[in-house]
Amino acid sequence: MEYTSHTDQSRREMLAAIGVRSLDELFKAIPADVRQKTPLRLPDGLSQSEVDSLLESLAGQNAAAPDVISFLGGGIYNHHVPAAVDAVSFRSEFYTAYTPYQPEVAQGTLQATYEFQSMIRRLTGMEVAQASLYDVGSALAEAALVAIAQTGRRKLIIAGTLNPRFRSVLDTYLSAQNTAIDVAIGSDGRTDFAKLSALTDDQTAAVIMPSPNYFGSLERWDEGANVAHRHGALFITVFYPISLGLIKPPGDCGADIAVGEGQSLGNPPSFGGPLLGLFAIKKEFIRRLPGRLIGRSVDALGQTAYVMTLQTREQHIRREKATSNICTAQALLATRAAIYMSLLGKQGIAQLARTCSDRAHYLASRIAGLKGYSIPFGASFFNEFVVEAPVAARVVLDQLRRRGIIGGIELGGRFPGFDRRLLVSVTERHAPAMLDRLVEELRSAASGTATDTSTKSASYSGRDMTASERR
Amino acid sequence: MDLKLGKTIFDISHENTIGVMPPAPGVAASDKSWQIPAEFLRESAIDWPEVSEPEVVRHYIQLSTLNHHIDKDTYPLGSCTMKYNPKINDRAASLPGFVGLHPETPDADCQGALQLMWELAQDLAEITGMDDVRLQPSAGAQGEMVGLLIARAYHRQRGENRRTVIIPDSSHGTNPASVTLSGFEPVPIKSNADGLVDPDVLASVLNETTACIMLTNPNTLGLFEREIKRIVDMAHAKGALVYNDGANTNALLGLARAGDMGFDVLHLNLHKTFSTPHGGGGPGAAAVGVKKHLIPFLPGPAIVRSETNGIVQFKRQSPDPLSIGSVHTFFGNFGVLVRAYTYIRSLGAPGLKRVAEDSILNANYLRTLIKDAYDIPHAGPCMHEFVASASRQKKNGVRGGQIAKRLLDFGVHPPTVYFPLIVPEALMIEPTETESKERIDAYAAALLAIAKEVETNPDFVNAAPHTTRVRKIDEARAARDLDVG
Ligand SMILES: Cc1ncc(COP(=O)(O)O)c(C=O)c1O
Repeated sequence: MEYTSHTDQSRREMLAAIGVRSLDELFKAIPADVRQKTPLRLPDGLSQSEVDSLLESLAGQNAAAPDVISFLGGGIYNHHVPAAVDAVSFRSEFYTAYTPYQPEVAQGTLQATYEFQSMIRRLTGMEVAQASLYDVGSALAEAALVAIAQTGRRKLIIAGTLNPRFRSVLDTYLSAQNTAIDVAIGSDGRTDFAKLSALTDDQTAAVIMPSPNYFGSLERWDEGANVAHRHGALFITVFYPISLGLIKPPGDCGADIAVGEGQSLGNPPSFGGPLLGLFAIKKEFIRRLPGRLIGRSVDALGQTAYVMTLQTREQHIRREKATSNICTAQALLATRAAIYMSLLGKQGIAQLARTCSDRAHYLASRIAGLKGYSIPFGASFFNEFVVEAPVAARVVLDQLRRRGIIGGIELGGRFPGFDRRLLVSVTERHAPAMLDRLVEELRSAASGTATDTSTKSASYSGRDMTASERR
Repeated sequence: MDLKLGKTIFDISHENTIGVMPPAPGVAASDKSWQIPAEFLRESAIDWPEVSEPEVVRHYIQLSTLNHHIDKDTYPLGSCTMKYNPKINDRAASLPGFVGLHPETPDADCQGALQLMWELAQDLAEITGMDDVRLQPSAGAQGEMVGLLIARAYHRQRGENRRTVIIPDSSHGTNPASVTLSGFEPVPIKSNADGLVDPDVLASVLNETTACIMLTNPNTLGLFEREIKRIVDMAHAKGALVYNDGANTNALLGLARAGDMGFDVLHLNLHKTFSTPHGGGGPGAAAVGVKKHLIPFLPGPAIVRSETNGIVQFKRQSPDPLSIGSVHTFFGNFGVLVRAYTYIRSLGAPGLKRVAEDSILNANYLRTLIKDAYDIPHAGPCMHEFVASASRQKKNGVRGGQIAKRLLDFGVHPPTVYFPLIVPEALMIEPTETESKERIDAYAAALLAIAKEVETNPDFVNAAPHTTRVRKIDEARAARDLDVG
């Protein structure tokens, strides 16, 4: 399958116009010793029908929602994506444009992004939000770089409760010349504030603290901000946008920079990408902002119009002195998020946060009542929490998997001593019946009675639920 | 009713209007000990707009009509490879088995996704002539950072602390920005009169502090670096690595491979060459390819394939201890990888070669059609793009940027302007292979008409655009009276 409008005839005409006899004459700038002599060794090209079948078969080999009941979270959440988000964002006008270098013919992207910035600002309670970064990992790294540049210091104090995946990206970006110090995890699954205070000093560029943290626990951002500011350091928070429908936002807790993963705002998990890095900041640091920023202005007729602004921070103008190297970002996901946030609105986001939280608390309290299971951390949480099983988490997860359930993330590999612990997350996609189902399966997994081989149970999956159970 | 410009989603908000309402909790409230204490709760509701679904849809659909896009007409933005992207790519990336897949899913439950990534990496290694490829970076610029961090790790491992990276003055802005971000100092070198790297100039700055030479081949002028082998040998003789910014690989598919030219490391802009719609500025994705000596430094994770008793399995493997680490929270922009894979499987080797050939043909054809009206500082033939200059027009008081604005009146998108920096009044034009002869003829006709207007009525050109819904925008005011939402 090729996507060309040319025919041999049109090619000949064009070659004649150029004044060459063959295509090969056009390639003469490529020295003979690097010209490829043999065809690439790739599978033969396929018709569209065959390509569809191939991709359907690959996609079919994955256990994806809704065919499996999954309690996986850990930074990516399976929230419902309203139909209108797909319908509008799939419009070619949004989908097949590029960075709005010519604002006169890019007002759609520009205004949608401006509205996105505005809604993220309102969500986070910060003063300025930019247009998008790659993902939360790189957004966090960019935030740390802002703090380092702003303070002229190189030490970062990082809550040990930060998602280890976010942490790895931060480490890679900062491997050049900075020190990062982890603060130990307290017994309640939160940052140990005594240790945090002891470690933060006048060399500290920033204190970094997520909430909810990797274990789902809510951290005391306001106290974190106090510690950071006492030493002239910046306070960087990592947030989960849906939680802010309920939880006090970074801007109300003294954050200087707030970063988050915006996937949950109208974008599917998609095996972890594309994602949406959210970045909001206090206005006083705006000259250090990484990436695109859309501003409002007027056109020659006096009409309101939008345009990329403060571009002298950016790589295409500032080159090696730019605040970041980012060029192509995640604009389409920001547009989708704008549509999503508009659809949910003030009341929808509050309801969503409430539902995720209430269902998670319901599940946790039921699991806590199961013989042999416990919720080891006493701290408050939003929609995600750690479960301690009576046996190795791996054994429980395998058992659940045989019953059509992916029960959560195994914590043992990443956190020593956590072999019996798993991380369970709940969204509005988990109908109450699914929660009850998980509780029952956990009970059997512990008592070793899950050897029931009736076909119904063995093949149990999301697909088998009745419509009313799924609601 | 016509769209009222500037009316935001907030302006059409009415209290208590419901858009999409999520389900109610539907569970018994848990007792007090489980509830979130008040100190954690937000004090007031988020002031998001309150708009019904029909009005949200209309608002954004009306906004969308203000965009130019590749599905509508020509978009020859140089260096950006704005080609038509096959719709089947998007359908593939939207399959429930991909979009619904959680990245923490255990290997056994995501074999299809892992197989796709494994095959894609293999294919890209074959296409570029590199020994191994990883798919983690989210876009070209992040791929550059990865390549440079690999160079740093490589030299450190050998006990050398090389601090500088040589980049031609024609390079893309992300190149020097990535150099600084990766902890190096950029050393710019001047291109010669042919628009290429001059080996003698290179020799004068190449030394034991050079970690890497960062080239773009074909370069941003659309020219193939003819002396590439010599340049590579010079670098290697001094112990430096050679990096290829492979953003322009569209021109090379099946014709030449960076690996065969001697490059040690490269990145590919998958969203360009391997066809993902650009989404208004992303998502993109980059692949990073390296030769054998750099494999241990690649970012994680690697996808490995194993076969036991005829059963094939794929798994994610933690990166080598020498790895530079992770640059993405998970495994990269998977949705873009699906599109790249779909594209390669659709076209096969002959189809990919045809992409390169037609992209070069189209660029040379357009170049020929306009070369009498505009200065074209570098000799042809060009590769997939060329850079013209509006210097002649500037003498009549019309700058390159204004020619771009006037093109908007013809319903097409202008070229990239004022880049690369080494060509005054640059108009960087990349038609791409998917433009038909008729479209290119029409584009050339517009450019020729504008060149005439510049002679007869420069003020008219300088006042453009005349027909777009939104006219020239006051950028200075946007920065001065900052309103960013
Ligand atoms: C030559 C060149 N290098 C690097 C980049 C950066 O790629 P990206 O925008 O995907 O970060 C681009 C495109 O913008 C480019 O044209």
